[in-house]
Amino acid sequence: MSRTARGLVRNAALLVGAALALTPLFWMVSASFMRPGEASGFPPPWLPSRPILGNYRDLFTRLSIGRALANSLILSVGATLGVLLVDSMAGYAFAKLRFRGRDRLFGLLLAALVIPAPVAMLPLFLMLRAAGLVNTYVGAALPSLAGIIGIFLVRQFALSIPDELLEAARLEGASELAIYRRIVLPLLRPVLATLAIITFLATWNDFVWPLVILTDDSRYTLPVALAGLVGEHSADIELMMAGAVLTVLPVLILFLLLQRQYVSGIMIGSVKE
Amino acid sequence: MAARGRREGRGLSDEARAAWLLLAPGLAAVAILFLVPIAAAFLLSLTDFDIYALGDARNVRFIGLRNYATLLADPLLWKALRNTAVFLFLGGPLTLGVALAAALLLHSPLARAKGFFRTVYFAPYVTTLVAVAVVFRYLYHPRFGLIDRGLALLGIAPIDWLGDPRWAMPAIVLLAVWKNFGYATILLVAGLQAIPESLYEAARIDGAGAWQTFRRVTLPMLAPTLVFLGVITTIGYFQFFAEPYVMTDGGKPLNATLSVGLLMYKSGFRWWNMGYAAAVAFVLFTLVLAMTAVQLLLARRRDA
Repeated sequence: MSRTARGLVRNAALLVGAALALTPLFWMVSASFMRPGEASGFPPPWLPSRPILGNYRDLFTRLSIGRALANSLILSVGATLGVLLVDSMAGYAFAKLRFRGRDRLFGLLLAALVIPAPVAMLPLFLMLRAAGLVNTYVGAALPSLAGIIGIFLVRQFALSIPDELLEAARLEGASELAIYRRIVLPLLRPVLATLAIITFLATWNDFVWPLVILTDDSRYTLPVALAGLVGEHSADIELMMAGAVLTVLPVLILFLLLQRQYVSGIMIGSVKE
Repeated sequence: MAARGRREGRGLSDEARAAWLLLAPGLAAVAILFLVPIAAAFLLSLTDFDIYALGDARNVRFIGLRNYATLLADPLLWKALRNTAVFLFLGGPLTLGVALAAALLLHSPLARAKGFFRTVYFAPYVTTLVAVAVVFRYLYHPRFGLIDRGLALLGIAPIDWLGDPRWAMPAIVLLAVWKNFGYATILLVAGLQAIPESLYEAARIDGAGAWQTFRRVTLPMLAPTLVFLGVITTIGYFQFFAEPYVMTDGGKPLNATLSVGLLMYKSGFRWWNMGYAAAVAFVLFTLVLAMTAVQLLLARRRDA
């Protein structure tokens, strides 16, 4: 095969792959603008004959999806802020501060990464129930703080902070906490941006924990509310697609805007021997 | 490298004290919200904790390994394990295979618009699983679903993907492949970029063909990435839950899509048999650990 022919075949294959990757998302958006019943016509249409906003209006008025949207937003922002604070401190300490048992402790944390998180779910539910945190934002957000990946991300990045910088500050009499706040934190900004988008997306997309801990539909996040709607309105395809769009669109936009930060986080996360 | 803390007569150095202070919230969170519950899950699995115990903790009794005995005799567990195995052994290789093909295409010097394709392939990975499971639920519809319509163009009769016990698991696997291959693709592209050009040069001088170069240079150099992806995919796929919850109303038809995670959820949070559910959780835990260990051992043996 000539070079041109091979190039054509490869680019054609890439295009087919892109079509397969995008078709479900395209159909989701298209069907969300169709009239009720239109998407189940035969043959199924690719595009709405006349796009309408009625499905979205229904979701917000009749099914109060705005509440779930707000819940998802509150939860994801709250969890992200908490994770940034906790993991920036721990990651920096593991990377730059000297104390006995540091490397062994860090190794233990990494080993715990292979434990599947759902195993902790039942006792965690009972513990938070005893603490009165069932059906609260705090209860829904707390487990995010136990993420080990974030500590790892910050540590890998913080290793590159020059020791001389910290020593100089110590010689000038700066306290350790002041060094963290005034010197380290600003230097960590790139990795914290990465950690922020990863945590936000993970919290937004999470399903099983919110499903367990949020018992009242006024507290449901979008995925939990959507799963509930499917149970009741599974025949209303166009309505369901509008709900799916509302759930997916925010994270997709965020990803497109901050793609570089997100992917760099995934790269660091994968280079742990 | 572990630098010794500066010894200062008594107690901790300022640096060590600051370190523990900064670590405290993170370590406390990991301990209280993760490690303690894991240990508690094991204890819970040795009790008959149920809805009565939820009302009054005095109703809890220690019953030793009886939950495990009941569980191992429960046909639902074996059904769930079989489905999970299908998901793992069909979905895992398929995901990595598709990802490898996509990565090789993207890495080709002949490929155009690489950034665009990389973004498009990665997009499904960041979507919300519940939402795209809802979308696929309709795509798989035998009458108006786009998938059967596409198959009809190839002359294939419609398949009742989610209603037929034989096809329900493959349908869920396809969703997982669609959603996850982009993640593996990104890492494999990075792995391909890290292979030094000199190795390909040497292979060319030795007269190796395309396939031999792939077998002898590309694959071995990608091995660490593939092992990592294998471990990550295994851990993730073992826990599949939202797909059957949303697409097949919790494991239909005839429990053909019941997963171990779903069995745990139903036992614990629907039927409130939390002791029993904890036993399910520990079976999951043991299997994940065993699979991870096997993969790492195989990888090490290959390196040796």
